Amino acid sequence: MSAKKAVDPILELKGVGKSFGNVVALRDVDIAVYPGQVTCVLGDNGAGKSTLIKILSGVHKQSEGEFLISGQKTEFNSPRDAMAKGIATVFQDLATVPLMSVWRNFFLGNEPKKWWKPLGILDTKFAKETAKTELMNMGIDLRDTNQAIGTLSGGERQAVAIARAVYFGANVLILDEPTSALGVRQSGIVLKYILAARERGVAVIFITHNPHHAFLVGDHFYLLNRGRMTASFVREKVQLDELIQAMAGGAELDTLTHEISIIRQD
Amino acid sequence: MTAVKTDERIQRVSLFTKALRRPELGALIGALVIFIVFALVDTTGQFAQLQGAAGWTKFAAPIGIVSIFVALLMIAGEFDLSSGVMVGSAGLLMGNLISEMGMGVWPALITTLVFAAFVGLANGYLVIKTGLPSFIVTLATFFVLKGVNLAVTKLLTGTVRVDGVDTGEGFDSARDWFATKIDIAGASFQVSVLWWIGFTIFATWLLTRTTFGNWIFASGGDPNAARNAGVPVARTKITLFVLTSVAAALVGAMTLLELRGMQAGQGIGQEFYYIIAAAVGGTLLNGGAGSAIGASIGAVIMGFAAIGIPYALWDQDWVSTFLGVILFLAVLVNTWLSKQAKGARK
Repeated sequence: MSAKKAVDPILELKGVGKSFGNVVALRDVDIAVYPGQVTCVLGDNGAGKSTLIKILSGVHKQSEGEFLISGQKTEFNSPRDAMAKGIATVFQDLATVPLMSVWRNFFLGNEPKKWWKPLGILDTKFAKETAKTELMNMGIDLRDTNQAIGTLSGGERQAVAIARAVYFGANVLILDEPTSALGVRQSGIVLKYILAARERGVAVIFITHNPHHAFLVGDHFYLLNRGRMTASFVREKVQLDELIQAMAGGAELDTLTHEISIIRQD
Repeated sequence: MTAVKTDERIQRVSLFTKALRRPELGALIGALVIFIVFALVDTTGQFAQLQGAAGWTKFAAPIGIVSIFVALLMIAGEFDLSSGVMVGSAGLLMGNLISEMGMGVWPALITTLVFAAFVGLANGYLVIKTGLPSFIVTLATFFVLKGVNLAVTKLLTGTVRVDGVDTGEGFDSARDWFATKIDIAGASFQVSVLWWIGFTIFATWLLTRTTFGNWIFASGGDPNAARNAGVPVARTKITLFVLTSVAAALVGAMTLLELRGMQAGQGIGQEFYYIIAAAVGGTLLNGGAGSAIGASIGAVIMGFAAIGIPYALWDQDWVSTFLGVILFLAVLVNTWLSKQAKGARK
């Protein structure tokens, strides 16, 4: 195990399971998430990734097992509870209002006020400057935070959402498939910002079905398959091939490769 | 901290692009063109004078006051089709309270505004709770009020008109506030123009400089994202329904005080003027963008048409046709301008 592990996990799941009626969506999941590290949760469609996100972000309560934050047993009743504990979730494309300017989006729902607070007068100068510097710190260089966020690329928009979560004090940042709808270049941009958030000491939970993306940024890897955790790796001890193999279900991929090679030869 | 580098993708934002981003630009250019055209075809020599201005502002002010709030509501993604009939309901209620119930003018005014706030609250609450389109909910309110206006007025007065408001206690002092005239260099302007200018400034400030304004844009732009970010979308929309309804009631009170009475059919059809003014002023019909100043400029254009057409000795009936054409052209130009402003992503 790496030296980094000397730090205590900020968030831990122990034997967590979730069932909806007689459907078991998640069973016996153990995950430890450390500050300043990227924890990747990999899984194909239907592996239980979204159920896991919903438990982590406070939408659902687990049916069994323990949810620990900084070693303390915790129960969330709503996403607001999770947010209050510094757990922020960035959902793909559900985070920003396209027609609004970048700075308005950055502070949406947490607007900075000046003078007498109940009047709700926006401190626009502060908002614009802060949005610009915070984005700059994440390496996003915008000419003008007045531009509508819809004019940014998908990757940049995702990055603004990440920068916003980090600015508002997220210790744990959950990213729900942030690269799935993006092209190669745009995905690269988002991966860069994931590392920027990691540098700032945030515990990042990166949920994806793309082992290539996970391998580029991850410190820990957990594999989900059909609601169970099938494998876990740490960065130093895993190769990309192993990750892909494990994710595709090893033997299954070998069979598939063999079958395809036969077809190709014809 | 990463070093600040300039990027070859980043171009300077020209003043021109900045101007293009303003939603009211199209309306402003349109207003100037229309002003020049009517000044040229004017046969009285007054259109471009102060007398002309007194004329078109008299027409534009009551439309402007309501359309500002209709615009805010449309930016938040909702319509209020009952805003026109509300002008009539408020005037009739206030008139009946004064002449039939013997209430003082000021208490009657307050009662009327409270009534309007409740109608707005009902509109908003029903839209949020039922999830039905506000187009339908407020269309229903429109027809309910239209019927009530006629039936109750007939029941109380035996006619389709409320009169005798000027006998009420406090009529003169209320008139000083809401329906007096101000002489400027021989031209007499309605005091409603001051209210209109005041509301335009207030609404612009509200929209661009307050937290609530941020929520208005977000509620109309993407209610889901807004909710995820912690914006109270329902509360924002309901507040705007209330504001729109109260603004319409204020215009109703102004009309009543100015005319010393009111017809039961007053205000019906005005809701379209408000929506046209807002749309001409650059407010998107599906929400998320727009401006209060734009709606006021839209009202100014209507004032130009209402005064300019008779001054040119054309038949008054052409006003509606003119407004129809302007609406179409304005929305066309606004859509094009906003595409240009976004820099047409390739």
